Amino acid sequence: MNITLEIWRQKNKETKGQFVTYKLEGVSSEMTFLEMLDYLNEKLVKEGGDPVAFDSDCREGICGMCGLYINGRPNGPKEGVTTCQLSMSVFNDGDTITVEPWRSKAFPVIKDLVVDRTSFDKLIEAGGYISVNTGAAPEANSILVKKENADRAFEAGICIGCGSCVAACKNASAMLFVSAKISQFALLPQGKVEAKERVRALVQTMDEFGFGNCSNTGACEAECPKEIKLVNIARLNREYYKAY
Amino acid sequence: MNKVVASSISKKFVMALAGLFLLIFLPVHLGINFMLLKSDPEPFNSAAHFMATFPLVKVVEIMLILAILIHIVIGVIVQIQNWFSRPVGYRSGNRSKTSFFSKFMIWTGGTIFIFLIIHFTNFYFIKLGFIEGDPENFYSVAHQLFAIPGYNIFYWICFIGLGFHLYHAFTSAFQTVGLNHRIWTPVVNFVALFYAILIPAGFASIPLIIWLF
Repeated sequence: MNITLEIWRQKNKETKGQFVTYKLEGVSSEMTFLEMLDYLNEKLVKEGGDPVAFDSDCREGICGMCGLYINGRPNGPKEGVTTCQLSMSVFNDGDTITVEPWRSKAFPVIKDLVVDRTSFDKLIEAGGYISVNTGAAPEANSILVKKENADRAFEAGICIGCGSCVAACKNASAMLFVSAKISQFALLPQGKVEAKERVRALVQTMDEFGFGNCSNTGACEAECPKEIKLVNIARLNREYYKAY
Repeated sequence: MNKVVASSISKKFVMALAGLFLLIFLPVHLGINFMLLKSDPEPFNSAAHFMATFPLVKVVEIMLILAILIHIVIGVIVQIQNWFSRPVGYRSGNRSKTSFFSKFMIWTGGTIFIFLIIHFTNFYFIKLGFIEGDPENFYSVAHQLFAIPGYNIFYWICFIGLGFHLYHAFTSAFQTVGLNHRIWTPVVNFVALFYAILIPAGFASIPLIIWLF
């Protein structure tokens, strides 16, 4: 199929960017979205142009690096997938596809579609962990965990930190990401030990980076490729109140 | 400590509590307003007199004014921060599935704010003595206002705005204070829908009934 791409091009952090239109012929519906961008870049390099910079790593929906804002939605029109998992079969011949980087004060554009994700790294540094002594693994059944809590912690723990929640939120809020980190630990005995310090540090870091406030619009939940639920944000709020 | 008070979650918490308090007041105000439907001005004026003079109500009145001010000030601060959190917007807009009413909270809130200024000028500031008028005969003031077609249209627009604001506010406040439950949240959403329709419809029906009958 033949498609038209409108892609945000920006040389670096300091320069102003702009949309550039590319006509791309011979795109297969069996390509993934990133393979389509690879195909475009091969063409651009052959023509002596500057390839479009975009992030990717695992290309199987696990690493959270590849997020792009496609036609008004993070990761494009299909729900529950990362950008690398998006197939070109969801588009039609003749379509115009607008591709933008995540837009947030906390995710400044480095080049083209690549954003600086330091803010998420700093959030993980601030509270996305538990402190344990290394050594032999303890007996698994010595600390009992309710099945329901284990399941809920796991459902939050599958967050890949891709930033789709921030990209989708009209306020560029990181509450869903932070709430996933909170739920991942707060529901488990090992996470309760540092619960207060964790939530304080996470919320303070989140605010310092200039993420917006949560308006409970639900856009984050709707666009999360791992389908993390809003109920985690209520838990984050509760954990925060309990910490003071 | 300042960081706690100014944190995004603390601000939303205080704003939600103030909003929930205002939600309790609206049905009381509506109940008094229904007395405007009587041809005898006495019950309404007596209720207004009671609200203006009873000591316990005076305390609640101060709490109400504080709640309104806190809700507005924090709401504006939060909204400005939200606008700054995305300095460059998306060209392709936002097609994510979101709660429709949540998108316009600052604008529906602004509509309510404009209404409150006019409403306070017509009634509350007279009661406080800031503006000249007869605080013992608000019944006739209300009827005179409802006799102006332009005022009624403005009144109805404001109450549509209030309904939009209330529906998201009601559900959102529970989430903000940390209450989200598998069984109870759908119940809260259902009650919110009823509340957001019935309360504004109740207020808006009064000038309509006066005009029709």
